[in-house]
Amino acid sequence: MLKPHQAKQAHGDSPNPVLSINQMNLVYNSTRGPITAIRDLTFSIRKGEFVSILGPSGCGKSTLLKIVSGLLRPTSGNVVLADVEVKEPRPDIGIVFQQPTLLPWKTVLENVLVPIRAMRMPVHEYKDRAHDLLRLVGLGDFINHYPYDLSGGIHQRVGIARGLIHDPAMLLMDEPFAALDAMSREFMMDELQQIWMTTGKSVLFITHSIPEAVYLSDRVLTLSPRPGRVIDDIKIDLPRVRDVETMGQSMFGEYATHLRALFKSNTAPSTRIA
Amino acid sequence: MMRFRWVEVSISVAFFIATLLLWDLSVRFFKVPAYLVPAPLSVGAALFDGLVNGTFYPHIAATLYAVVVGYLLGCFLAVVIGALLAEIPLIERALMPYIVALQSMPKVALAPLIIVWFGFGMSSKIVLVALICFFPVFINTLVGIRSVNPDIVNLYRAFSASRWNILLNVKLPAAASSIFAGLQISVAMALIGAVVGEFIASKAGLGNLLQASSMTMDVATMFAVVIVLAAIGVAGNEMLQYLHRKVVFWENRAHVATEGA
Repeated sequence: MLKPHQAKQAHGDSPNPVLSINQMNLVYNSTRGPITAIRDLTFSIRKGEFVSILGPSGCGKSTLLKIVSGLLRPTSGNVVLADVEVKEPRPDIGIVFQQPTLLPWKTVLENVLVPIRAMRMPVHEYKDRAHDLLRLVGLGDFINHYPYDLSGGIHQRVGIARGLIHDPAMLLMDEPFAALDAMSREFMMDELQQIWMTTGKSVLFITHSIPEAVYLSDRVLTLSPRPGRVIDDIKIDLPRVRDVETMGQSMFGEYATHLRALFKSNTAPSTRIA
Repeated sequence: MMRFRWVEVSISVAFFIATLLLWDLSVRFFKVPAYLVPAPLSVGAALFDGLVNGTFYPHIAATLYAVVVGYLLGCFLAVVIGALLAEIPLIERALMPYIVALQSMPKVALAPLIIVWFGFGMSSKIVLVALICFFPVFINTLVGIRSVNPDIVNLYRAFSASRWNILLNVKLPAAASSIFAGLQISVAMALIGAVVGEFIASKAGLGNLLQASSMTMDVATMFAVVIVLAAIGVAGNEMLQYLHRKVVFWENRAHVATEGA
């Protein structure tokens, strides 16, 4: 059921972005008056591109996630996903949360099928795909286990398979590895790269880990603290497949240093180094 | 492990025998009259008469019927109303003061009123049991549903799942553990409700038998009835604990959906 894309084919330049966010603003009404969470946010993601959003806490990352997934409407501006404006919750998006939040009363397989059941789609048509995805994330042997038998890293792999089950136009990942220990995190970074190269999905990856963003991404967007807006947009020109040695390369260090400097002086102007 | 278990059981049995002995000896030694505290043997005789000759059975049946029907009715309504109210936060907030007031009120105080409304006999007992069982389950359903991890609800919402679908497939299972805690409390409450109902107005039941024996100063039978009531309570508790483990099988095994961040 899974169609393995060739990396090149999937990441070729396409003029039509899979996701574009145009001049988006989000203003909250709080008891102390209106708060601008996101100001004039504009960026787009090409089909098959892996884009990280890097930003300090409180830059509106989770707000952005809610808007893109259609749970929240922006105050102005718009979000266009697969050529259609996002105005309500959309089934063509896959979400992977920081906490995988599996249902403890369902097996691994049933957890992966949750989106299918939620959308009232025919479950039997997706069983094979669920099996394939679980094999892809390395859980072929755990299909009938319950979450309480399994570790946090494995939970998150189930979360990724669940995010992909309905073949969404793009995958939205909200700090998916933040809750994992350092060892599992490095392992999962490699796994995710592999999954991404196999499926060719467009990914919007929200993180506040600089090495994670550089290691995984084609592009890294840096957001300012609230109100969040893009202050930097760099292309990561490191060859794929990236591995442990990539992290030792001087280019990797330069990217990381650049991003770290941006973080320190939050108001730094956009400086493209690629 | 086995050794500890063995020691535990022996201490427990020894305690039981020692209590009986001490009871028997003090009744003999201090010459306590049988109409105040009966000797263990006469309680045993009353128990034998009640259970083997069967004089207790109509009463046990009457009490159990009120307990089971009232319990099921009260708990069912509690889960349904609790879940609906948790779904409509506005109404929940508006009604909360009244709910708290009702909860703080001792429900047995309503027993005489219920008898005025529902008459002597079974229906008023069932209503009283249901009323007493309602609140622990109701509050635990509300709290359980309110503490469901919002991420998982958002996940379902992002797939345009209906409210009903989310309530049935996510919120209620996630609240199951909390609901069962309420169901557990209500088992003991149900017995209280039935016995109080029978004290006030009834033609049969263990509470009725207790009161009748009190009139005739038959203290041995009273002791025997109390022992039967305790046994029913223990059996109910055990059954519920078993159900709890079977239904909420994932509980106490790490990574639960209600844990939040």
